[in-house]
Amino acid sequence: MTLPQDLRLRLVGAFLVIASLSQLRTLAVAGAALAAVMLFAAWSRPEPRLWRRLVHVEGFLLLLFATLPFTLPGRPLFTFGPLTASVEGVERAMLIAAKVSASVLLLMAMLGSVEPARLGSALRGLYVPETMVRVFVLTARYLALIRDEARRLHEAMVMRGFRPRSNRHTWRSYGHLVGMLLVRALARAQRVEEAMLCRGYEGRFPRLGQPAPAARDWAGFGVAVALSAAVTLADRL
Amino acid sequence: MAHIPDGILSAPVLIGGGVVAAAGVALGLRRLDDRMIPRTAILAAAFFAGSLVAVPVGPASVHLLLAALMGIMLGTATFPAVLVALLLQALLFGFGGLTTLGINTVNIALPGVVFGMMLGPVIRATERPALRFAAGALAGALAVLGTGGLVALSLWMSSSDYTPVASVVIATYLPLALGEAFVTAAIVSFLARVQPDALRPVAP
Repeated sequence: MTLPQDLRLRLVGAFLVIASLSQLRTLAVAGAALAAVMLFAAWSRPEPRLWRRLVHVEGFLLLLFATLPFTLPGRPLFTFGPLTASVEGVERAMLIAAKVSASVLLLMAMLGSVEPARLGSALRGLYVPETMVRVFVLTARYLALIRDEARRLHEAMVMRGFRPRSNRHTWRSYGHLVGMLLVRALARAQRVEEAMLCRGYEGRFPRLGQPAPAARDWAGFGVAVALSAAVTLADRL
Repeated sequence: MAHIPDGILSAPVLIGGGVVAAAGVALGLRRLDDRMIPRTAILAAAFFAGSLVAVPVGPASVHLLLAALMGIMLGTATFPAVLVALLLQALLFGFGGLTTLGINTVNIALPGVVFGMMLGPVIRATERPALRFAAGALAGALAVLGTGGLVALSLWMSSSDYTPVASVVIATYLPLALGEAFVTAAIVSFLARVQPDALRPVAP
């Protein structure tokens, strides 16, 4: 499978496949899909960051995995003190784990290497409102700068002997950190706006026409559509 | 921690969340003056950077949502700002998801806009620092609890199997609500001293 190089098709393709993965109901299909996605990810971009991301799970996912086996009624699998785990519950937890992992891996493999700055024209090509695209492009542009600023402010605090603990002093100090970040962001916004006006900005960016997607891109997109239809059919039949 | 990943929620919840988010974003964009776009975007970047700071609360360490503060400073433009932040979060770090962009936007932005616009006028008008601190803390705590409630609601509406978890989820938001209350209050007090017009909303 080749990824569409055209960002519009890649975005829509990724969305379709992830949407169909996220609605799977049978463990066998979800497991097979996870295996396929892992193969695809390993083949396309074997970056250690990708696999580390899998280890990280959200807090309430842990909660789900911990409670589902014991709260779903069904055939008993094992007992843990007064609690009885059911086969159905364990299967359900595994189904969710497979779907979440497959979706995250696919998201990273298909869109992880996209530069946000390049995404603006693709979003515009997908008829996202102009104002929304402008906010997105500018946020993506300044995020790295402002993160650097936050890091410098934090390092300066640490150099002056600040140690984060769970107390009001820490919370107030972090409040000042974020407040300072916002004050500087406002000053930066003022400068950026003036610079844009100086260069003749009149409320919109020039539209760069996007070339039509190549045949290869349509082929990759077709594969994505076919795959999402196939997993959905296999799941429901 | 408010980012629900792909693969958990049911299609009706995802679609409903998408529709509500689209309505909120449309409202925010319509009220957003063209000249305010750089300001909105750069503030959104600053809120995003601020939410990456890990704040210790008790034995845990939480990441701020800053939604109430966004509601105070951005008004309805909070919806597009949160959507942009969530999209970047998904692209840059792989957190959250694509299909859940809509519902996550609603869960984070809606309580922020509601409580930010409810308590914002008090925060801007009052001359008493103690009252401002209290209003800021209240807005921060309520917005986080509202997000926790909406996350629980999304889980509960998706499948009856999630019901036991949904009731516990709210409890996990309590430490965040505490930290967020104190930090939001500190930020609001700081801005009122340093640059009071920063507290005026970008989009009403």
